[in-house]
Amino acid sequence: MSDSNTIKFDVCIIGTGMAGMASALFAANRGLSTVQVGSTGEIMFASGFLDLLGVHPIEEKRSWDNPWEGIGELCKDIPDHPYARIEEQDVRAAFDEFLSFLQDAGLPYKRRNERNCLVITSLGTLKNTYCVPQTVWNGVEALETKKPCLLVDIRGFKGFSARQIAAALQGVWPDLRTARIFFPETEHMSEVYTEQMARALDSPQKREKLIAVVKPYVKDAQAVGMPAIFGMSRTSEVIADLSEGFGAPVFEIPTMPPSVSGVRLKEAFEERIPDKGVRLLSQGQVLSVHHGTDDYFVLDMGQETKERTIKARGIILASGRFLGKGLHADRKHIRETIFDLPVTQPPDRTLWHRKDFLDSRGHPINRAGLEIDDSFRPLDSTGHPAFKLLFAAGSILAHQDWMRMKCGSGLALATGFAAVQSFVSLCK
Amino acid sequence: MASDPETAKECREEGEILKRVASNCIENTGGLFVAVEGDDEKYAADFPDLCSRCGIPVRELDPKEARELEPTLSPKVIAAYEVEDASIDPFMLSIANIDQALSLGCFLLCHTRVVGFECRDRRIRTVHLKNTKTGEDIIVEAEQVVNATGAWAGEVAALAGISIDLLYSKGSLLITDNRIATRVVNRLRPSSDGDILVPGGTVSLLGTTSIRIDSLDDIRPTIEEMDNIIDQCAAATPVLKKTRYIRAYSGVRPLVASKSAGDDRSVSRSFSLLDHVRDGLENFVTITGGKLSTYRYMAEKTADLVCTRMGVSKPCVTRTEPLPSSETSRWTEPGLAPKEWIKKGEPEDLILCECEMVPRSVVDGIVTSIREQGGRADLKTIGLRSRIGKGTCQGAFCGVRITSYMYDEGELHAGEGLSDLRRFLNERWKGIRPILWDGSLIQEELQEAMHCGLFGLEL
Repeated sequence: MSDSNTIKFDVCIIGTGMAGMASALFAANRGLSTVQVGSTGEIMFASGFLDLLGVHPIEEKRSWDNPWEGIGELCKDIPDHPYARIEEQDVRAAFDEFLSFLQDAGLPYKRRNERNCLVITSLGTLKNTYCVPQTVWNGVEALETKKPCLLVDIRGFKGFSARQIAAALQGVWPDLRTARIFFPETEHMSEVYTEQMARALDSPQKREKLIAVVKPYVKDAQAVGMPAIFGMSRTSEVIADLSEGFGAPVFEIPTMPPSVSGVRLKEAFEERIPDKGVRLLSQGQVLSVHHGTDDYFVLDMGQETKERTIKARGIILASGRFLGKGLHADRKHIRETIFDLPVTQPPDRTLWHRKDFLDSRGHPINRAGLEIDDSFRPLDSTGHPAFKLLFAAGSILAHQDWMRMKCGSGLALATGFAAVQSFVSLCK
Repeated sequence: MASDPETAKECREEGEILKRVASNCIENTGGLFVAVEGDDEKYAADFPDLCSRCGIPVRELDPKEARELEPTLSPKVIAAYEVEDASIDPFMLSIANIDQALSLGCFLLCHTRVVGFECRDRRIRTVHLKNTKTGEDIIVEAEQVVNATGAWAGEVAALAGISIDLLYSKGSLLITDNRIATRVVNRLRPSSDGDILVPGGTVSLLGTTSIRIDSLDDIRPTIEEMDNIIDQCAAATPVLKKTRYIRAYSGVRPLVASKSAGDDRSVSRSFSLLDHVRDGLENFVTITGGKLSTYRYMAEKTADLVCTRMGVSKPCVTRTEPLPSSETSRWTEPGLAPKEWIKKGEPEDLILCECEMVPRSVVDGIVTSIREQGGRADLKTIGLRSRIGKGTCQGAFCGVRITSYMYDEGELHAGEGLSDLRRFLNERWKGIRPILWDGSLIQEELQEAMHCGLFGLEL
């Protein structure tokens, strides 16, 4: 079929989460004609932190200050973990390329190349992560030196209590004071939302008003933390202005998902990925796919009924797990939803989850997923690559538990990078 | 019922009384008994006679008529009868009873365990208690001691040197995310697993199972039970195969053993009032067994015995006096909080639980009432008195919002809120774990990504 609705590409990325976005970027940067399909929803649930490796072995709750050393240990202990198929230099290259994209998109990130950093969460716990949005960085430094700090929360914004964070952290960071303010011009509103406040702060006038409200509380504080609302597209300006106005460096504490930190990532991708030449079809689902006689995959796309057909030489399957709908579970089995690829999984549902939700060993179902070869090609039931140019990346892969290992973004970036590299070399 | 006409009669009479005195806790739904292809036709045919022998009104329905009344019924229904039936909000009923008792001068000691009795001269002199949260020891001297500890009746009586032979039958239920039928739908066959579907406000419950257990520790619904209930109930109501489930739970029925114990369902569900005079204690009585629909009658019989012993001759009034609806018990009703919130029209009363739309003012009221009852509010106790944690998110989001709110209100200090949230999530998990597939599994992944991936609560 080659009607006017059919478009041909080198590679089709299925999925618009972190792995899909990263894969699309890497493919486009290598000059491949790229189409990306899926519904851009879940990336909004991203915390904004980019984890590489935080904890291993999870049952020992061992946190790693140096994620690279952690990955070394992980690959020895879990040789099937996707990280074990990637060279460290490629993981580093993936991060460099991805962070430079975000920088250009106006969403700068910061990291210490060889070390993880500790951040405070809105719950008052400490999280070990690798890269943080620039908006969070001053908080990382303030926490390290435990300098006197003011935490500010906002009347009418639910699920974020400065008092809670200070109380929960009093053992590790005693010098935390709190204040509650009205966000400027919301005095008449009963409930306020972070996205609305973040967009308001893109305007310099609103920033001045916020400074006037917060300034009296700053006093001897040497850093000021607030929920993540420091602008949507002009975060660097917002931080600079607020820090100067408050007389102390400011930092964000990401809020409960979906948070502004997730929305910023979503918007950065949606606005900048097309500039890279990626055709982003964010409304369609893959209704069916088959491998044509001309060695192209043929994908019928649409909401309910077929709206267009895409042809691509290769596919990178980055469709995620259950939330992303890359995997689906009924009462008996877990299935891969697009190609019906074999899914490594516990033998039955009684073994999917452990008795305690917070069991530090993690739930066995979280290690279910696709088996791959060294080229990141998912395997069929005979143990061979299902197709020559079908690759898989991100959380759909088996033998990892990104939520407990704190390796979600690293996994997405590194495996997306490896999948694109394999595509390029297998196409030669 | 066929095997237990005595219980059936008690239930019916008591049902009439409860509908009168506790009408706000009861929804008069009506009920159907249906048989489907493959069920014993003779059993179904004998049903009306059995009913009339117990004085229970019944109306035979054409299967087509039954399906018009309840469109979710299977096309394979072969026999259907309409009966009187109702569904009870057990949370509301319990809290209303507690509140009434308190208003009459009763003391309530929550989180308090009986650790021993001091017995002398054929009487219990003192009851020794321990507060399980604070470790505080309490001694109570009472004229009469009533052991109404449900499945634990045997363990408590044993502390006074009395042996009661109880069987434990675990039963599990599932809760759907919306209401499936307007009436109670019973399967018309000898009692077995998965033969009842009960509406409760905006949801439905289906069950049950009956599993003999030896110990009361670690009671939780299992995956095998869930699959069995769904498969069985789906025979009469096929949509249950595709329905989204919100959670499951288990309870234990205390059954007083009889010599001919075969299947637990053949052991009477009637109650037992044990006068321990014959065991050598003159001021001790145990009430156990029975079922929720006869709870008032059980209490009346117990109170009558205690009153006789104490020379009080006034008649029991719970049969005629309405149970006052208490302000604090209302919020367990599904759908009430949003209705009231909209009616009140005060948007500054922020909604803390978005699934069930429970606002700040309701949480405030509950926190106050828990304090008045001598307890300390935490997520679990607030959840018992409201719909919090019972919606789609199962506590993942509202648990966080309410924790923040309680810190702001000065109810929580230091790391208390985090420990409370961990406990609450693990508690909700018991009911979520066996139903994790399809939509519930997606919800669970989001919850785990947030609570473990971001917050690191498992660390």
